[in-house]
Amino acid sequence: MQQRRTAGVAGRGQASPGLRRSTVSAERAAARIVVRKYGGQRRAVIQILQDLQERLRWLAPETLEAVALELKMPPAHVTSVATFYKSFSLAPRGRHICTVCMGTACHVRGGATVLEHFERKLGLRAGQTSPDREVTLERVNCLGACALAPLAVIDGRYHGQMNESKADKVLQPILRAGGPAPDAGSGPEDGEAL
Amino acid sequence: MKTARTHLLVCAGTGCVSCGAFALKDALVAEIARRGIQDEALVVTTGCNGFCERGPILLVHPDGVFYQRLSPADVPLLVEEHLIKGRPVPRLMYVPPEGGLPVPKMADIEFFKHQRLIVLRNRGRIDPEKIEEYIAYDGYEGAAKALERMTPEEIVAEVSAAGLRGRGGAGFPTGRKWDLCRREPGSPKYLICNGDEGDPGAFMDRSVLEADPHAILEGMIIGAKAIGAARGFVYIRDEYPLAVSRIGIALRQAREMGLLGRDILGTGFDFDLEIVRGAGAFVSGEETALIASIEGQRAYPRQRPPYPAQSGLWGRPTVINNVETWANVPSIIRRGAAWFSSLGTETSKGTKIFSLVGKINNTGLVEVPMGIRLRDIVYAIGGGIPKGRDFKAVQIGGPSGGCIPKELLDLPIDYESLTQAGAMMGSGGMIVMDEDTCMVDIALYFLRFTQEESCGKCSPCRIGTRQMAEILARITAGEGSLEDLEKLGTLAATVKRGSLCGLGQTAPNPVLSTLRHFRDEYLAHIVDRVCPAGVCKSLITFTIDPEKCVGCLLCLKACPVHAISGERKKVHVIDPDVCIKCGACLNACPAKVRAVIKRAGDRAGASREGAAAPKDA
Ligand SMILES: Cc1cc2nc3c(=O)[nH]c(=O)nc-3n(C[C@H](O)[C@H](O)[C@H](O)COP(=O)(O)O)c2cc1C
Ligand code: FES
Repeated sequence: MQQRRTAGVAGRGQASPGLRRSTVSAERAAARIVVRKYGGQRRAVIQILQDLQERLRWLAPETLEAVALELKMPPAHVTSVATFYKSFSLAPRGRHICTVCMGTACHVRGGATVLEHFERKLGLRAGQTSPDREVTLERVNCLGACALAPLAVIDGRYHGQMNESKADKVLQPILRAGGPAPDAGSGPEDGEAL
Repeated sequence: MKTARTHLLVCAGTGCVSCGAFALKDALVAEIARRGIQDEALVVTTGCNGFCERGPILLVHPDGVFYQRLSPADVPLLVEEHLIKGRPVPRLMYVPPEGGLPVPKMADIEFFKHQRLIVLRNRGRIDPEKIEEYIAYDGYEGAAKALERMTPEEIVAEVSAAGLRGRGGAGFPTGRKWDLCRREPGSPKYLICNGDEGDPGAFMDRSVLEADPHAILEGMIIGAKAIGAARGFVYIRDEYPLAVSRIGIALRQAREMGLLGRDILGTGFDFDLEIVRGAGAFVSGEETALIASIEGQRAYPRQRPPYPAQSGLWGRPTVINNVETWANVPSIIRRGAAWFSSLGTETSKGTKIFSLVGKINNTGLVEVPMGIRLRDIVYAIGGGIPKGRDFKAVQIGGPSGGCIPKELLDLPIDYESLTQAGAMMGSGGMIVMDEDTCMVDIALYFLRFTQEESCGKCSPCRIGTRQMAEILARITAGEGSLEDLEKLGTLAATVKRGSLCGLGQTAPNPVLSTLRHFRDEYLAHIVDRVCPAGVCKSLITFTIDPEKCVGCLLCLKACPVHAISGERKKVHVIDPDVCIKCGACLNACPAKVRAVIKRAGDRAGASREGAAAPKDA
């Protein structure tokens, strides 16, 4: 996967004109569709980037460039907007997204411990993606479901009252799928024996 | 609409959905069909009931019976007993935390009993995706009245007389803001609904957006007539996808019914709305930053004045109000200023929604009259603190707010008294803390938050919050000194005075208020090197009592870093050099054994670093 992506980037500089056109136009085509949806309005740049991130999972430099071209605005402006807002990911994200809430309600109910546990289990720090691009671990400041604190979201599904053993359970499918499992040793259903 | 004798109202707010509300709904529909009673019982999904912790929730209408924590497995019994035999099922009802009998009716549950609903009046009773249901409960009556029979001046006068103040932060009088904007000569004028809800721990705006989207649209239509705006924007936080979808549906339906767009209700008045999604920056909730964000810029705040009412979106006069503020407007117009201002205190009228979260038995959203005592919220509505622990404080107002300690539990909740106590109404997040919450850690938590969220435009905020966070981190690590407290005070003053926007101006509040009410906890960390709440990791140790340990291997298996050694039926030992103090062993140790001991005070790590001599605990 990584290779294909770099080939795309490199292609712009050196490969044959045919390849060059096809790789550039992937981002360009996506950008064109989305920009058109917003009537080509420059003020919609944030919404446009959001839609593109939803489609492409992250915003590659080529995507930002394509948006700038389509909106006829300086690339530096698009980049500055993309780097300012936290929900934009300028690095590739994994197939699975794990989000741990660090809002106040989750914090007082042990959110930090939950995040540490996720970090250990996945072998990732918050904000990182596994090298095989299977999993990304993210943190968020409140998801507005504070009554379920502490909260973790895995691929869009909310899991409330999170703790270590629950985390092990919900992460198991992801870890089994071949993600990094530095410590998958502990058996299932720990602590429920007594 | 089909009319069935019984309506089964399944809560479909984010909280209930995440614990299986849709599976419950499907099971109900299937079972009702199987029993052939679909003409008598209709399953409806509603917006958030506010009692999120008890989800999934089902309200049976018109009996008013409240079922909670349901699963699809409960459905056959529930349908058989309640719907077919007419016998409610006590086993699935709410039981108060202090024990006692199950409470059948929603209206008798303490959590709901003391609430007074204006903004949340439709909660749990209408399907937010159906405009007809909103209309059936007097929806759009206020808008019709404003458009057909009131002048802009009269609308502004009504809102002013009601005494409505902004629910998004500072509590600015809404009528005055509208009047300012109305008098501005510039045009076009714009309206904005601020649904950025950045305060972590507050979720009332999400709930209103999801549960009663038309109330917000109606409020904005009335506001548009008052100031003469033709366009408006609903700005919604990116983390709230359900809210975005519900507002989108509401907009479509309102347009179809001629309530938005050209010539609304045949009155010749034009107004339309559009959704803008936020992109995850706390500062974008600040009004001038939010305006920049709608314009497609980075969300940098700017100096005020000029206020948005004078020069806002694209330099035009703009009224920006919070979600909850807008949702109050229809009721004020429909029922009149006198009715609204009969609720609340001298300076704070109406109700306020609080999100009651943290260490509290009944977690959820509560709408209460202004002026209610904090004690009533925490004990009468909230049902007190879980596990018999002691109440310590309530944090109100999020990163801009402060803590209210036990001594002030009888404080009436209104804008002025909260500010006087060193807190702030803010958006209404109320985080309850018990004796196991460390106030220095909380101060550090908020400072880290504001430091991360500081947009960096002005240096007092950017650098000051970082320095304050560093000092607090030092104190929680047991390396603080008494001078640090003075430094914190000086820095706080500088940041407050020198910052450009409200983010920096209020950032020191969590530190100042904890210093004011919990100075002894700071001193314990600094002088005794003890974290009394047992939270700060550098200041606690975990050990196993050899007398009590039965050698069950549970803690050993639970330990994520293999710091525990031992064999079955032999005493286990924790290696302090490996232990990361996550507390997993403490949780794993069975209640009847209780061999794991958490001790506050030993400065772990000190032996490794050879720093200050460890004190005996
Ligand atoms: C850093 C910062 C963040 C803010 N975040 C929000 C927010 O998330 N929601 C909100 O309604 N107001 C927020 N405000 C307050 C707004 O600037 C503004 O006062 C409010 O939207 C006005 O609406 P109201 O008068 O109805 O309260 C924030 C203010 C600051 C300084
Ligand atoms: S604090 Fe975690 S969901 Fe609100």
